[in-house]
Amino acid sequence: MRRLGLRGIAVFYLLAVLLGPLTMVFYRAFERGLTPLWSSLSDPNTVHAFVLTLKITAIAVPINAVFGVVCALAIVRRRFPGAGIVNAIVDLPLALSPVVVGLMLFLLYGRTGWFGSWLEAHGIQVLFATPSMVIATIFVSLPFVAREVVPTLRELGDEQEQAAHTLGASSWQTFWRVTLPSIRWAVIYGVVLTTARCLGEYGAVAVVSGHIEGKTETATLRVQDYYENFNLTGAYGIAIVLAAISVVVLVAMTLLKPKEGV
Amino acid sequence: MTTFLSVVVLLPIAALVFSSGDQGWHQFWSVATGPEAVASLKLTLGAAVAVSLINAVVGTITAWVLVRDDFAGKSLMNAVIDLPFALPTIVGGLTLLTLYGPRSPIGIDIAFTRTAILLALLFETLPFVVRTVQPVLLELDREAEEAARSLGAPESRVFRSIVLPNILPGILSGVALGFARAVGEIGAIVLISGNVPFKTEVSAVFVFNHIQSGDQNGASAVALVMLAIAFVLLLAIGGVRFLATRHERDA
Repeated sequence: MRRLGLRGIAVFYLLAVLLGPLTMVFYRAFERGLTPLWSSLSDPNTVHAFVLTLKITAIAVPINAVFGVVCALAIVRRRFPGAGIVNAIVDLPLALSPVVVGLMLFLLYGRTGWFGSWLEAHGIQVLFATPSMVIATIFVSLPFVAREVVPTLRELGDEQEQAAHTLGASSWQTFWRVTLPSIRWAVIYGVVLTTARCLGEYGAVAVVSGHIEGKTETATLRVQDYYENFNLTGAYGIAIVLAAISVVVLVAMTLLKPKEGV
Repeated sequence: MTTFLSVVVLLPIAALVFSSGDQGWHQFWSVATGPEAVASLKLTLGAAVAVSLINAVVGTITAWVLVRDDFAGKSLMNAVIDLPFALPTIVGGLTLLTLYGPRSPIGIDIAFTRTAILLALLFETLPFVVRTVQPVLLELDREAEEAARSLGAPESRVFRSIVLPNILPGILSGVALGFARAVGEIGAIVLISGNVPFKTEVSAVFVFNHIQSGDQNGASAVALVMLAIAFVLLLAIGGVRFLATRHERDA
C-alpha cells in the first residue's frame, strides 16, 4: 500500500510537471497542420537562428572538451596548492545565473567596459556579435566535461600511468595510449552534456547578443521572439525541434551511462 | 589552463566586482537595497526555498521508487528524469505555458503569477535530488534495515534511524544544487511569469531588464548579491561533500 502510494506520487509529479506539458507542446505545434509549422520553421531568420546556434556550439564544445580534460587532470593528478580553488572555479558556472555571466561580459566588452574603447578603436565588434555569444556559451557550459572526467580519473588511479612511465613512455604517449582510452566514455558523456547546454543556452546569450533578428538571434532567442510576436505556431515549432534534439541527447546519455566505470 | 580559466572566468568576475566598487560601496548598497531590487531578491529566495523543500521530499520519494520499487515503465521513468537537463530552459517555460497557460486544456491558468515561477523552477530542478540520492540508495546495505525490522522497528523508525542518515548528504547536496539553479534561473521563467516589478520579477530578470534599460549600476548591484549567493552555495556543497566522505577518508 505504501509502495503504491509513493509510486503514485512520483509518477503523478513527473506527469504534472514534466511529461504533461511536453506532450501538450507537441500537440499545439501540430494542431494547425504542417503548413504553418513548416512556413515558420523555413523562415530565413529562423534558419539563420538555427545555423548560428550550431556554429556557436561547434566552437564551444571542442574548446570545453579539451579544457575539461586538462582541468580534470590538473585537479586529480597534480596535487598543487590551489587545486581546490580550480575545482571551485570550475563548478562556479553551475551555481551562477547565466544573466550574471552575460552582465560580466557586458562590463568587459561593452562600450564603457574595460576593453570597450580598445576594441572600438581597432574596429572589433565583440558585444552584440558572435564572439561574445561564443564566450558566454563557453562560460556556462564550462564544467560538464571536467565534472564527468574527475570522478573517473579518481577511480582509475595512476598505477597504469606510472607503469607506462616506468617503461619509458613520454607523458604525451601515456596520455594518448593509457589515460585517454580509459576516460573516453566519461569524456563523451561530458561532451553530450556540454552540447545540450550550448544548444539550449538562453540567459547569457540573451544579454550579450542584443537580440538582432537574422543576425545575433539564436534558436532559443527565436522562440521568445516568435512567442512575443504572437506567432505561437512558430514558437512551438522551434521548441519541438529543440525538444527532439534533447530527446536524442537523452537517449545518448542513457546509452552511455552504464558504460561508465566499466 | 590557468590562463584560459583566468580569461574566461576570473576576468569577468573581476569586471563585475570592480564596476560595483567603482560606484562606491555606499552607492552600491543603496541600489542593492532599493525597493525593486529587494522585492526581486525576496521573491527569488522565497521561491528557491519553497522549491528546495518540495524537491527534498518529492526527489527523495522519486529516487526511492526508482531504486526499491518495480513496475512496468520504470526504466522509461528513470530515463526521462534527466530531460530538464537536456531541454533548453526557454522550451521548458513554453511547454509549461501550453498546459498551465491561457489556453490550458485542463482549465488551469497560472500564467503571470508567482505560482508559475514556482512551477517553472520545479520543472528545471526536478533531476537534482533524484540524481544525488539514487546512487546512495542503490549502494545502501539493506541488512541493517532488515535487522531493524526483525527487531520490531516500524517502517517510519527504519527510515528515520537507518535510511535517512545515509541519504541526507545526498539530499542536501541535491537541494543546494537545485537552490543555486533556482536563484539564477531566467529562461524557464521569462515567458511564463510576466516579469512585473514588485510582483513576478525575479532577480535574474531584474538584472536583465536593468541592463536593457541602461542601468548598469542597478544590474551590477543585484548581480553581485547573486554572485555572493553562488559562492556561498558552492562552499556549502563542498562542505556537505567533505562531511559525507569523512568516514571513507578516516578508513
